[in-house]
Amino acid sequence: MTRSAGPSRLRHALSAPAATRANALPAGAWWVWALGLATAASRTSNPLLLGLLVGVAGYVVAARRTDAPWARSYGAFVRLGLFVVAVRLVFSVLLGSSVPGTHTLFTLPELPLPDWAQGIRLGGRVTAEQLVFALYQGAKLAALLICIGAANSLANPARLLKSLPGALYEVGVAVVVAMTFAPNMVADVARLRTARRLRGRPTGGIGAVLQIGLPVLEGALERSVAVAASMDARGYGRTAQVPPAVRRTTHLLTLGGLLGVCAGTYGLLAAQGAVFGLPLLLAGLLAAVAGLRLGGRRSVRTRYRPDRWGVRAWLVAASGVAVAAAMIWAGTADPEALSPGVVPLTAPVLPLWPAVAVLVGLLPAAVAPLPPSPSQPKERA
Amino acid sequence: MIRFEQVSVRYEGLARPTLSGVDLTVPEGELVLVVGPSGVGKSTLLGAVSGLVPHFTGGVLTGRVTVGGRDTRTHKPRELADLVGTVGQDPLAHFVTDTVEDELAYGMESLGLAPDVMRRRVEETLDLLGLAELRDRPIATLSGGQRQRVAIGSVLTPHPRVLVLDEPTSALDPAAAEDVLAVLQRLVHDLGTTVLMAEHRLERVVQYADQVLLLPAPGAPPVLGAPADVMALSPVRPPVVALGRLMGWDPLPLSVRDARRRAAGLRERLADVEPPAPGQPPHGTPAGGPGAPLPGPGGREAPLPAPPAARPGFLDRLLGRGRPERTAPAGPPTPLDPDAPVASVQGLGVRHGRIEALRGVTLSVAPGETVALMGRNGAGKSTLLTTLVGMTEPSTGSVLVGGLRPSRTPPRDMVRRVGLVPQEPRDLLYADTVAAECAAADSDAGAPGGSCRALVSELLPGVPDDAHPRDLSEGQRLALALALVLTARPPLLLLDEPTRGLDYAAKARLVGVLRRLAGEGRAIVLATHDVELAAELAHRVVILADGEVVADGPTRQVVVSSPAFAPQTAKILAPGQWLTVAQVRTALETPA
Repeated sequence: MTRSAGPSRLRHALSAPAATRANALPAGAWWVWALGLATAASRTSNPLLLGLLVGVAGYVVAARRTDAPWARSYGAFVRLGLFVVAVRLVFSVLLGSSVPGTHTLFTLPELPLPDWAQGIRLGGRVTAEQLVFALYQGAKLAALLICIGAANSLANPARLLKSLPGALYEVGVAVVVAMTFAPNMVADVARLRTARRLRGRPTGGIGAVLQIGLPVLEGALERSVAVAASMDARGYGRTAQVPPAVRRTTHLLTLGGLLGVCAGTYGLLAAQGAVFGLPLLLAGLLAAVAGLRLGGRRSVRTRYRPDRWGVRAWLVAASGVAVAAAMIWAGTADPEALSPGVVPLTAPVLPLWPAVAVLVGLLPAAVAPLPPSPSQPKERA
Repeated sequence: MIRFEQVSVRYEGLARPTLSGVDLTVPEGELVLVVGPSGVGKSTLLGAVSGLVPHFTGGVLTGRVTVGGRDTRTHKPRELADLVGTVGQDPLAHFVTDTVEDELAYGMESLGLAPDVMRRRVEETLDLLGLAELRDRPIATLSGGQRQRVAIGSVLTPHPRVLVLDEPTSALDPAAAEDVLAVLQRLVHDLGTTVLMAEHRLERVVQYADQVLLLPAPGAPPVLGAPADVMALSPVRPPVVALGRLMGWDPLPLSVRDARRRAAGLRERLADVEPPAPGQPPHGTPAGGPGAPLPGPGGREAPLPAPPAARPGFLDRLLGRGRPERTAPAGPPTPLDPDAPVASVQGLGVRHGRIEALRGVTLSVAPGETVALMGRNGAGKSTLLTTLVGMTEPSTGSVLVGGLRPSRTPPRDMVRRVGLVPQEPRDLLYADTVAAECAAADSDAGAPGGSCRALVSELLPGVPDDAHPRDLSEGQRLALALALVLTARPPLLLLDEPTRGLDYAAKARLVGVLRRLAGEGRAIVLATHDVELAAELAHRVVILADGEVVADGPTRQVVVSSPAFAPQTAKILAPGQWLTVAQVRTALETPA
């Protein structure tokens, strides 16, 4: 091997392959990455860092999104985020804020409220500090939402459900079928609206909705029954013969475990009882997990081409965890930089090391397999 | 392999059993075709094999059904899943997962096959059905033929010994149907799979059957036998059999090939007879099928409400001969110049997102003319129809229907100029009863009360007033939808796949009705895969491929030369240009 071949081989190995079923990233990897970014976002109110996080998530989505139906949800999440910021600002203006401020921007007419509504203010003085504070808080929430949106548009929800434990698989299938219910209903509505047009009726208005409603529900119900028949005829819900002892143990473990979880949680939340709460919770969890594993024996299902956690999947997940860890560490080391002061107003600065750490989140845009370009015209449906 | 012993099925609330006294045995490795008119219990019989009847549908099953030695009374459908694969009428209702590959694996996952076995079988099945390029595609984006193949593939992967299919080719274009049937034949021949299949389009399938199971009438005992024997007494029959019966050939031919061998003499006899113009019915003879009584005007008070007078002048020119037409009672004059086209389409382009559904389509439809739109699934036929009613906006070119631009005209005005019966007539219906539906149609169209109801009785006598539209048979539902659309008296009538799910009798009735409407001067455009229907009805055939018009001309010229779109009679009597059995019958009856 010559020296010159070294770098080119390395580059070859590093460049992401085209996405196929075989190298598809597990849905879990994308979720770990996105939740890592979301954790990081929840740790800071620095608008520059938040903007950087949103930028990182957006870039990865733009680079690795497919043209599947769920991939279009990113735009909706971004709009939702902006809406949250706007709502936060409007409420801050109308209801005032506990943030003391000196820079008065304008004063709204204040609504006098009776005594019992003390502490609530309607209208009044609006300061720059309170607006900036509301903006920071809103931006944090928006960044969180956008990170979740990124996971939604990158990971196939059906495949996420496929990674459920065997005993829960059938519940998962039921959820998937229920999820197809909604798009089918939307399609039904569109079809019936055109049918109304064919009969010479206006397609909008309350009357149209009422008249279409019943047939749509009827149609959806009929389809569900048909899918259920098909699933039954294809072996959904076949069970293996297990000895009655195993079956009884399963029931006991699952039920007992769930009871333990409930009691333990109660103990932890209640004023007294924290002593027995934690051990009870842990024991309950253990029993429930054991019950689920044992219950899996009744299911004869096997999995077709389950997602594999390869190097790329680990890298994607690790990049998200790294961003979160770095931000948590930075939060203890330099809390000032992560939450810039509002009173007095100061311009936020971009802290160097946390910013560099956030950029680690861009890793998936380089290592995740590249989906086929959505701009290519697809074969006619 | 499949045994029925004295099986009867009765559903709750029905006066008589749907199936009664069925006693039959289907040996392993046979392809058995279940035939019979609509509503005789074909689907119930198929459901009994997979155990869905009675475990899923309810009803009472007496007697015993065993499949591969398992009694369906004690085995639920899921416990028969490794033995029986079932595909219902609507493949979309069959799919559980969202991509092709997962769908193929789903059944095997349920049965708990080992991962390496599953992987191998999925690859084999992808190749067997020609689905390899579609493996990652979401199922929602597939065409009808592709969906049907995926549905069949998804029940094939667990290697069932019995395959049960309900109308597998009805929704498919001729080429896709051939694909599916070729696959079935391969399964029967190479793998020894037993196939039980119900199908209305006998002309496509009867030649592949080893045995035919005839259900002659509801509740009547079934007849199982060799296809030629059963076809001799079947009330439903494809054109090739009808021709064989007309000529008294024995044994009856089942395929075009058999019939051609016999037809040498017939071809000679017909050599010097000029075939009648296509779409022109011989007097009083309803097409091919048995007992297709045209609803006579006698006794009915209201004929079609004031249809525009027929225009013999135009038809004369079109058909190239002068034969007086029966003129319908004249109504209020329609504001149309008799020679002006009812619809004219110039350089039409339509885009759905990035996909160009139609490109540069130019077409004009004259009054009294029947045009058949044909072409593959997804060729743009339905898009063209929806553009003509204004549901789809043209991206380029112009569309004029009755002098108006459909997409810019309010629906209330548009219904008077053009009516569309969609692929699923059920979509048009949302009232609780037939009577309510008709009243709504009258008020929508501004027609006098009762006109819609009169139309329904005229199109198909015997549709009960108080029935729920969902409980009607396919034929009745189509008649109702057609009447709703005709209430507004549109001069242009569009039909999308009107014969899906219709048996031959219902189809023959539809042909009679449409012919009469055309005779009254209405223009009709039908999008169809049914070559026999096009041959019976259409003056002109337009073939679309990938959104472009690739052929447009008189039915005879377009259809006879095409292997995919030629009706059976044309194939048998080529090079003579005969399209239907009825034409042949008339030619033989008339002394030359």
